[in-house]
Amino acid sequence: MNGHSPASSQEITQICLLAGKIILQNGGETYRVEDTMVRIATAYGIESSHSFVTPTGIIFAVDGSSQMTRLIRISERSTNLHKVSQVNDISRRIGSGNLEAHEAHLLLKEIDASASAYPVWLQVLAAAVASGCFLIMFKGGWHDFFPVFVAGGAAYWFLVTLHRIVPIKFFAEFIAALLIGTLSVLFVRYGFGFDLDKIIIGSVMPLVPGLHITAAVRDLMAGHLVSGLSKGAEAFLTAFAIGSGIAAVLSIY
Amino acid sequence: MMMIEQLVTSFIASAAFGLIFNVPKRTLPHCGAVGMVGWLVYVIGMQLSAGAIAATLMASVAVTVISQLFAKQYKTPIIVFSVSGIIPLVPGGLAYDAMRNVVEDNYDLAVQLAVEAFMISGAIAIGLVFSEVINQIIKGRGKHAIDRYAGRSDRR
Repeated sequence: MNGHSPASSQEITQICLLAGKIILQNGGETYRVEDTMVRIATAYGIESSHSFVTPTGIIFAVDGSSQMTRLIRISERSTNLHKVSQVNDISRRIGSGNLEAHEAHLLLKEIDASASAYPVWLQVLAAAVASGCFLIMFKGGWHDFFPVFVAGGAAYWFLVTLHRIVPIKFFAEFIAALLIGTLSVLFVRYGFGFDLDKIIIGSVMPLVPGLHITAAVRDLMAGHLVSGLSKGAEAFLTAFAIGSGIAAVLSIY
Repeated sequence: MMMIEQLVTSFIASAAFGLIFNVPKRTLPHCGAVGMVGWLVYVIGMQLSAGAIAATLMASVAVTVISQLFAKQYKTPIIVFSVSGIIPLVPGGLAYDAMRNVVEDNYDLAVQLAVEAFMISGAIAIGLVFSEVINQIIKGRGKHAIDRYAGRSDRR
């Protein structure tokens, strides 16, 4: 029925879990994790498998002659859609029947270990440029481009750096928002910027939890109520951290 | 002239967001294009005085439809394209205004703005759901043999 030689269900379970783990850790939607794991299992001849995925862990069970249940805890999450896309490609190849189990396992391990992200300076530059562009999109003037560029870039760099030192995500976001507020107020006070509101809105945009909101909605749609709600809560907390950071500066200023 | 400025900046901003989310290099221009079309729909909607909520709804439907087309054509997860297109629609400005009014003790105005921001977020969500549902209806039965085998619909 498909061209795979039989692999042990132990190895198949490991492949499924690794694929699921990579997708979940790098910002993929929950339904994609479950879908991918069940597809891989089916392609390798396991007819009945069950998975339960939340943002912080995966439970995967295999039915049949050799029953097995495994659990993986996810503690570190980041956003790397390139890896999600790579795992998706591998899952497609497995599904179409031209990737052997051990080969797939090696490829997945390679993806997991690789650091295939853009360099930090490029991301900071992207955040700075994006902030500047948002200023123009929100009908700000070009004379405010420079302060937004600096504040947005600095805040993103600060967020990335601080996140490495302090593992509490919301704290890092709060401090980054404080930085944006302070920089913007200083720019306006010393005559480099003009419209304080527009400067702050533009610079805050790279911190906005857009990915979480989209993922949360799609999870809720697909019936993954637990992960949809918890991702929504994460998005809300992020928004709250940013908002209170800005509010703190505004109330002082 | 204003329009060109808006189109160029929205393209660059969305592509830059793609970069922040580490999307594959070859899809960066597509992310920009999705964001640009979404923003174009939003701006036109606002100029036709459809109101921010309706304009956001239309824009988020447009973003998701195009993302689905790209996802199918390039066999890439849809989230790669939709995420950077959605970002410009997020009501950051309104949320900021609401927050500012809270700080200035104008609670009436703050609540009003916060509710509007909430409604716009809802419009984004409904837009995402709406085009997803259409996509599922059009696809109908899963085409791939493996879907029939697994007895589940194709959600890719």
